[in-house]
Amino acid sequence: MAEITYREALNQALSEEISRDSNVVLMGEEVAQFKGSYKVSEGLLEKFGSERIIDTPISEAAFSGLAVGAAMMGMRPVVEFMFWSFSYVAFDQIFNNAASVRYMSGGLVNVPIVFRGPANGGTNVGATHSHTPENFAANTPGLKVICPSTPADAKGMLKAAIRDNDPVCIMENTILYNLKGEVPEDEDFIIPLGKARVACEGNDLSIIAHGRSVQVALQVAETLQEKHGVSVEVLDLRSIRPLDLEAILETVRKTNRVLLVEENKPFCGVDAQIAFLIQEHAFDHLDAPVKRISAIDVPQAYSKALENFQIPNHDRVLAKAMELL
Amino acid sequence: MESIYHDADIQKGDSSTKASTTVVPLPNETDFSTDSINHSLEAEEKIRFFSQMLRIRRFEERSLRAYQQGHIGGFLHLYIGQEAVAVGSVSVMSQDDHVITAYRDHGHAIAVGMEMDECMAELYGKKTGCSKGKGGSMHFFAPDKNFWGGHGIVGGQTPLGLGMAYALKTKGTKGACLCFMGDGATNQGSFYESLNLASLWNLPVIYVIENNGYSMGTAESRHSAGEPLARRGEAFDIDWSVHQGHDLYEVRSAIHKALSRARENSRPSVLEIVTYRYRGHSVADPDQTYRSKEEIEEYKQNKDPINLFRDKLLKEGVLTDDKIQALDKAAKDEAEASAEFALASPFPDVSELMDDVYWETDNPEEKSSSGTIFFESSR
Repeated sequence: MAEITYREALNQALSEEISRDSNVVLMGEEVAQFKGSYKVSEGLLEKFGSERIIDTPISEAAFSGLAVGAAMMGMRPVVEFMFWSFSYVAFDQIFNNAASVRYMSGGLVNVPIVFRGPANGGTNVGATHSHTPENFAANTPGLKVICPSTPADAKGMLKAAIRDNDPVCIMENTILYNLKGEVPEDEDFIIPLGKARVACEGNDLSIIAHGRSVQVALQVAETLQEKHGVSVEVLDLRSIRPLDLEAILETVRKTNRVLLVEENKPFCGVDAQIAFLIQEHAFDHLDAPVKRISAIDVPQAYSKALENFQIPNHDRVLAKAMELL
Repeated sequence: MESIYHDADIQKGDSSTKASTTVVPLPNETDFSTDSINHSLEAEEKIRFFSQMLRIRRFEERSLRAYQQGHIGGFLHLYIGQEAVAVGSVSVMSQDDHVITAYRDHGHAIAVGMEMDECMAELYGKKTGCSKGKGGSMHFFAPDKNFWGGHGIVGGQTPLGLGMAYALKTKGTKGACLCFMGDGATNQGSFYESLNLASLWNLPVIYVIENNGYSMGTAESRHSAGEPLARRGEAFDIDWSVHQGHDLYEVRSAIHKALSRARENSRPSVLEIVTYRYRGHSVADPDQTYRSKEEIEEYKQNKDPINLFRDKLLKEGVLTDDKIQALDKAAKDEAEASAEFALASPFPDVSELMDDVYWETDNPEEKSSSGTIFFESSR
């Protein structure tokens, strides 16, 4: 297995799936000649040509809708949003059309499409470029939502998403793009959607997280082990919808204490649902109330001094974990 | 002979709306019957077009009655008055051409060959409906007839139609997508984004603006700057033109030219087809605030697409009064039977509520993911 970055893992997945299926195309702003705003599609234009790697104008509603229309007719487009924040001007196409066409047609029309791009804060770009819409996508029946946190997951889950017959929203993270990890080279390496991953095993406390918050949780687990002798289990959700409820309940039953960590805003965030499910299904296994750390509930702050505090960081997560012990 | 277009009014005893059977001369009308696409039409085909328009109107009238009887809920956007646009357009399509439209979709659905039964049952929310009762009036679909819906958000289908044209071109099919929309949809941003891409990428999409004069209750003069609306294509180097929607021959001629442009040059078109709806925006629209009864009467008397085509066919000797009566009776009987079918059909079972959301949950044997996909609030 080679060690590659999250960015290269996404690139491999795209390259392999575009080679494998002539219905797969990649489109979005700056994906071809510019090689992707974050260089995720580097080299793909040279390999596949401008018919498969397609630069679009800055018209999210049109190219998202175009891709939905093409998917309705059997193509498998991958739409890149430079930021998921920009998908907000294409809301109707994703949330009405991609999500609902199958249902409204009584199952006659499928929409095998992937919408992907970064959805994160922590990069000092202010309120309009830092949205994390995994909660509203997951609140929309018809869509699937995944948040890979490692290079291997980025590859295996993007490949699974492209092969999926339903619309899948992939929330990536610009800070993770340079993260390195071992990634299988097998062209059929697939990580099924809806399968959580125990990122590290432990007995005293469970931290359940998704996206980059998994990396923060792992750092906190290390601190707790080293400085306090506390054994933490970190569960990476990987996929929000479908959700691995069994894995969540399993870790809760094991440690009896839970901290939920996400970069999503707290009110009606993903972890509000996770907390509900835990109390619904594992109430008797809890030795303490479920605690949460989310982004602080204001529009994303620009100043580093503010934003570094706003999103879940090591110290905030550690302090909350200590309350549970 | 009874008027073709106003059954509901007749039932209310309003005799003032009865049409004359005499041919109403229209000023400055170009004769499109000699156009090559119309000139060679067989009598049978002409009768079929007439019958299609009549069937759409009788279906709409019957559905209005069903709504008033409480069998249909929500919205019901009737197409009455605009029939020549859907029928004329579909009549020149090849098997490689596709259609997508907005929420006033019953006319297009019947024009592409959907059965009245499945359409009426959908309106009734029945399991036998074209979308199993899950789509409703605004969301009819028949992909086997190249009909991709019925879309509820104004202008929301304009990028989808673009995508269909893109898929056709990418797959090397010599087809085009007819994307129907209303005059109100021309003021949505996604439409202009779509026009830009259509021209930039040379996509075979035809935007057909069915300009019925009103964006819901707002007249064109109050909603749009710069007439005609189709001229907006000019900014994107897209061929555009304006046509009269009460003349089925003219609609056929216009759509035929645009389809040829799409097929031969892979170029888009924007066609504005001026038409009129006799009913309100939806049946929930009391239709008393934004236009006069006289205006509606004027259209019914002088520009009714069905009456005008009927008169043409009478003049051409293709139709007789007896034949018209027989076709009308057949259309009414078919519409009535569809209402009976819909009424007798079962509602979908609540156990089917979660079907048709995801391909994967409908095909469990080929399911590739795991985990929970549906969330009940509590159990």
